[in-house]
Amino acid sequence: MIVLRRAVILLVTTAVASLVVFALLAVLPGDPAQVALGVNATPELLAKARHEFGTDRPLPVQYADWLGGLLSGDLGRSYVTGEPIAPRLLDRFEVTLWLVGTAMVIAALVAVPLGAFAAVRHRRTSGVLVSAASQLGAAVPGFLAGILLVEVFAVHLRLLPSGGWTPPNADFGAFLRGLVLPALSLGLVQAAVLTRYVRSAVLDVLRADYLRTARAKGLGPVRALVRHGLRNAAVPVVTVLGLQLATLLVGAVIIERVFVVPGLGSLLLDAVGTRDLVVVQDVVMLLVVAVLLVNFLVDVLYAVLDPKLRRA
Amino acid sequence: MLAESREWFFWGRRWATPPTTPRPTKLITVLRALLAIAVLITLTACSAGSTAYSSPSAATITIGFSAEPANLDFTSTDGAAIPQALLYNVYQGLVRLDAQGKVVPLLAKSWTLSEDRRTYDFQLRDDATFTNGAHFTAEDVKFSINRVKTAWTVSTKASMDVVDHVDAVAPDHARVVLSKPSNNWLFAMAGRVGAMFTPTGTADLRTTPIGTGPYQLDRFNRGDSLVLKANPRYWGPKPTFGTVVLKYFADPTALNNALLSNGIDVISSVQTPDSLSRFETDDRFTVVQGTTTGEVVLSFNNARAPLSDKRVRQALTYAIDRRALLATAWAGKGLLIGSMVPPSDPWYEDLSNRYPYDPDRARELLAQAGQPHPVLRLRVPNLPYAVDSAQVIRSDLAKVGVTANIEELDFPAVWLKEVFSGHDYDMSIVAHVEPHDLATFGNPNYYWGYRNPRVGALLAQADAGTPEQQVSGLRQVASTISEDAAADWLFLLPNLVVAKAGITGLARDQVSDSFDLSNLGRAS
Repeated sequence: MIVLRRAVILLVTTAVASLVVFALLAVLPGDPAQVALGVNATPELLAKARHEFGTDRPLPVQYADWLGGLLSGDLGRSYVTGEPIAPRLLDRFEVTLWLVGTAMVIAALVAVPLGAFAAVRHRRTSGVLVSAASQLGAAVPGFLAGILLVEVFAVHLRLLPSGGWTPPNADFGAFLRGLVLPALSLGLVQAAVLTRYVRSAVLDVLRADYLRTARAKGLGPVRALVRHGLRNAAVPVVTVLGLQLATLLVGAVIIERVFVVPGLGSLLLDAVGTRDLVVVQDVVMLLVVAVLLVNFLVDVLYAVLDPKLRRA
Repeated sequence: MLAESREWFFWGRRWATPPTTPRPTKLITVLRALLAIAVLITLTACSAGSTAYSSPSAATITIGFSAEPANLDFTSTDGAAIPQALLYNVYQGLVRLDAQGKVVPLLAKSWTLSEDRRTYDFQLRDDATFTNGAHFTAEDVKFSINRVKTAWTVSTKASMDVVDHVDAVAPDHARVVLSKPSNNWLFAMAGRVGAMFTPTGTADLRTTPIGTGPYQLDRFNRGDSLVLKANPRYWGPKPTFGTVVLKYFADPTALNNALLSNGIDVISSVQTPDSLSRFETDDRFTVVQGTTTGEVVLSFNNARAPLSDKRVRQALTYAIDRRALLATAWAGKGLLIGSMVPPSDPWYEDLSNRYPYDPDRARELLAQAGQPHPVLRLRVPNLPYAVDSAQVIRSDLAKVGVTANIEELDFPAVWLKEVFSGHDYDMSIVAHVEPHDLATFGNPNYYWGYRNPRVGALLAQADAGTPEQQVSGLRQVASTISEDAAADWLFLLPNLVVAKAGITGLARDQVSDSFDLSNLGRAS
């Protein structure tokens, strides 16, 4: 039941989002034809270009055309390149997924042990230190972390490239080397945030009655936490991971610019600059759908995890 | 605040979970779900991957640029990035500009000009071939010039309006007849409008350029790089580098870092002049400094009060300390010019001291004009040099009683619409990079709003006259607009190229639309 209800909400939200995205871009100042033709374009040439782009049609017609295309899998053609958008969008999405996926893994690998450690030792100096460090780390913007990492590892130590992208099927070694710094910049900041959630979740579990009972039955603190605590603490952490995926997708926009990674973010920024509106609409819609889908999956995951929610 | 509200949300979720004794399978379910997501991501990621990249070698050079071409067709898309990559490298014209900015032969071996200066007879090379195999002949000249008039959509096509007709007299002899004499036409022929196309090679200009130059397109990895490889059919000397990678960096710091970390070999144009010292003091690099054709102009809306009053414009020009501004906006690199002419043009004169920094004189002129405290809108593009310059200008103008309200506009879209097309501004700041853009002061509809019939007449005479008449006529135009304070020419952008030590053949001055790759080499 809950899955069905969530699915309906997902569809309605997507439809509303498409209208909002279109409306926001329709009021964005700047004429795509003027940007494409440049400074000395004559009114006749501009009119011709607007006709070619279809931007001289009424807005509802443009919206219906775009939405109809989306539903039939046709994302339209770019004003600037004149090429179909879909293949390029997929290429770029692939790059962003690699980046975000790796960042996620880094965040989880760092945060879960560190957060648990900080919770278990929350009264000791070491636990407080980890907690403070995570607080500090969460305050650092990802792009700043990126600039620092480049300065140290690329410019001074010359260990890793300062930017650029090689697809994994072209040269896997170069792919990994290019992935490390941007994924770290994205992942470490998220790890700091996540550490705080893991810490509070584990801390909460540690205070729960059932854990006290487990301890009373003679289990050691670590054993009790691993056997009875972590699985409960995992529930809220999964929620946060879902939310973080959205943050990471957005954070990738800036990180991709810093590291010259040809992902969705660079595509979006370039398209906004050249007022390639159809591309902007498609990218934003793709991001919106990705975030909504993740939220949907988290909700479904809840229902799987918690029988009580299945009936709600 | 954000983290707190999320925590609150998370507590809400947590309380929804009853603290019952959990079954051991739950943790496994969670892990399985996470694993499934990871696998899903990986699978999606592996499914695409159509882009191919080259591996570096000794015969490859990688050059970093700041602006990526939107596509590869400069006949329908404006912007400097396309001709920068393709002109002289992939496409060639009958003539080209040499390093000093002089028009010299390219696909034409030589040419003659008739007595009435209207008929050009071009003797063509007979050994040039397009990369699709077609032989270059006079028919292609006729086709290409006519195509500018019929198929091109960018504004530069207007420079071909003066052509009356083209005759293919013989395969190696093309005759172009102009409706009136024009020096500007031959100069334009050295730029993108002069590029030679073959009728069999224009099917897909946006992705497949076909020219007669030393290089041909290998791959265009959008968002990353444009890869050119040597054209095996090229009629001229073989270029040193078999492969040239033009790599694009939207972020100027990323561009610098790429050279510092060995990711590229050359920075085509340093966009952060403050960082130049970092390269100058490092013997791994060579720094080339020269001039460009990019004048950074503080434009005045000559058509609107109070800037329609020459005394007000002169006052503003006196009030601004351009040397101090250059230090702030472009690290002191660049040149004070005083008019719309770079030193690479034969009609250049140093006019930078026509209105020296003199705040007292500025106040005097404002009082004479009855405008002691004007309030002006300074609407600038959101580009670093413009924003930095605007700050200096505001504080300089405040010292003489002028209030400048700065508004930053998104460039290019909003700035083009509001300032350039809408003429809705008092002052603005932008770099005018096109060669020979002095002529814009003869166009009363241009956003300067400058109307001076004498300038229009001088420009027309210079276009029609002998080279000597052209030089003297344009010199007069430059000094007239400077005298009129039609704008305040803040400075000329420098050409700042940084390369790994040992790379040779980099042009000192940027005189054309092209970044010429054919002369590049490596000192052994």
